[in-house]
Amino acid sequence: MDIKSIFRKKSEEDRMHRRHLYYSMARRSWSIVRGVIIAGICFLILYPTLVKLSVSFMPEQDIYDVTVRYVPKSPTLENYKTVLSAMRYNKAFWNTFKLSTLTSVMQLISCTVIGYGFARFRFKGRGVLFALVILTMIVPPQTLMIPLFLHFRYFDVLGIISAITGQKGINLLESYWPFVLMSLTGMGLKNGLYIYIMRQFFRGMPKELEEAAYVDGAGMLRTFGQIMLPSAVPAMVTVFMFSFVWQWTDTFYSSLFLMRTDVLAKTAANVSNQIMKDLSADIGVDIYLSPAISSMYTNTGSLLVVLPLLILYLFAQKLFVESVERTGIVG
Amino acid sequence: MRGTMMTDKALKVAAAPKKKKRRGLNLNRKRAMMGYLFVLPFIIGLITFFLVPLIQSFIFSINKLEVVEGGYNLLPVGLSNYNRALRVHATYARDLVESVLYMLTNVPLIIIFSFFAANLLNQKFKGRSLARAIFFLPVILTSGVMLVIDSGDLLQSSLGMTQTDGQEGAFRAVELARLLLRSRLSPTFIDYIISAVDRIYEIVSASGVQILVFLAGLQSISPSLFEASNIEGATGWENFWKITFPMVSPLILVNTVYSIIDSLTNSSNVVMGMIRDTAFASNDYGLSSAMAWLYFLAILVIVGIVVKLVSKVVFYYE
Repeated sequence: MDIKSIFRKKSEEDRMHRRHLYYSMARRSWSIVRGVIIAGICFLILYPTLVKLSVSFMPEQDIYDVTVRYVPKSPTLENYKTVLSAMRYNKAFWNTFKLSTLTSVMQLISCTVIGYGFARFRFKGRGVLFALVILTMIVPPQTLMIPLFLHFRYFDVLGIISAITGQKGINLLESYWPFVLMSLTGMGLKNGLYIYIMRQFFRGMPKELEEAAYVDGAGMLRTFGQIMLPSAVPAMVTVFMFSFVWQWTDTFYSSLFLMRTDVLAKTAANVSNQIMKDLSADIGVDIYLSPAISSMYTNTGSLLVVLPLLILYLFAQKLFVESVERTGIVG
Repeated sequence: MRGTMMTDKALKVAAAPKKKKRRGLNLNRKRAMMGYLFVLPFIIGLITFFLVPLIQSFIFSINKLEVVEGGYNLLPVGLSNYNRALRVHATYARDLVESVLYMLTNVPLIIIFSFFAANLLNQKFKGRSLARAIFFLPVILTSGVMLVIDSGDLLQSSLGMTQTDGQEGAFRAVELARLLLRSRLSPTFIDYIISAVDRIYEIVSASGVQILVFLAGLQSISPSLFEASNIEGATGWENFWKITFPMVSPLILVNTVYSIIDSLTNSSNVVMGMIRDTAFASNDYGLSSAMAWLYFLAILVIVGIVVKLVSKVVFYYE
């Protein structure tokens, strides 16, 4: 009897022990599997950029050399020199920087205000208006392209400008005005998404916060500025990052409104043609680049477009990822 | 005496809500006015930079637009631009159907992958913030012009990054194909899986924003729900399907809509490029507007249908 109970106890302990072992094994093996999956996906994401990077240091003969795979035999900065000058990098960089900063700040302001309006006030037609926000996302920008182009070519507010100057509106193309105007009114690049993000964020904030402010005698504007805005910083960082990055790499609006202004996205897309033109002009004979070379130039150019963004991301990454955690976007 | 007091009280009681109601209405009206004020920039933008251009573009699509000095002339041509886009144009109809089919195959994969990735990134492990930073990187690496450059690029296609039939792609699922063919699954399903694996880079790189949205959603689930269900003895599997999935399901709708729009209107989309070139390279503004309108209607219909379908599985916790 005694022995039996001892045996039972022991076997029970054994079972518990085995069970514990099983769970810890399962946990450990999952963490290994997870590590492999995550490392694999990270590699997948980084791989093309790393290849671009290695190719960008290769001289022409290395591209055709079968023995050269990732590490160039005789690394060179020649590609960068050529591409930087063909992209007119300095000028294009500053133009892009000004444009992106300007539009993303404007979009941030307008989308925050609009998002707050949708989230916190009840008014007639709110549902319909918000459905229209979604519609602005659905309509491809190409649909509005020609009218917008003409709109800013002959810009006029209710016929006032043409009444004063006697001309058919003023030409706002080749200036930043189209971007400013569209950003301020929440109609810029992907602004529907930003309005949506801000609205979801404000909707998720506790009502008590606002009510306390009202009880303490703050007006609606003051409540917005001093109570809601400071706590909305995470969502605002997210919106700013998106808007800056997407404006930086956008070619659609910049080639529609700024045809003759150099911005990075445009000069990068065109870099191999530009190099071809420059070379032909230098020598006086039409020169054609081989597909491999022109692809190398284009890839080097595209690296140079994202490089400033990657540096920005490196610094803002912590803030950005944290802010995402606290954004709390909920459908 | 007592009676009058009663009536007084009754009167007060009757009068009070009325008074309160009127005051409440005032406040409500004031708040509504403030609401309009906050949304006013959007209303202005909506009319001047959206509704008016949208209608104008429709007008252009049923006219022949001729550029003359100091403006343009419109010659009404009825629906002939639409006819030209659909029947006469060499590739428009085909490209439109192709980009829709492409979207239909990719979006489910994007949603599944981004949900999976968000769940991974939500767990605790070493180097999590680095992994997150890298997972969001495609938002930068494949935006705007980058996508255009990569999609038509020799280097990228030789790496097997973009969808080509090249033999030497880095990520091709030859072994997997062999394995799956040995199992007796239906060939269409096997094809789908293999094409998904072949396109994994496209899917991963189109999932940045969606992962972000899912992750934010996962983090907003109250931990008390999991605590309660753990006490009741639920397993992780049950927790996932009974708590995580329903709580995040509204975001599935959001992400599906976003992915559809992103897939159909991104900068490397063939139809988008065609619409732009028709307008600015061949100066056929009427045809371009007609194409754009057809495309817009197609997207609207697709989004409408998908929202209807996905809404059925969405659970709203309120």
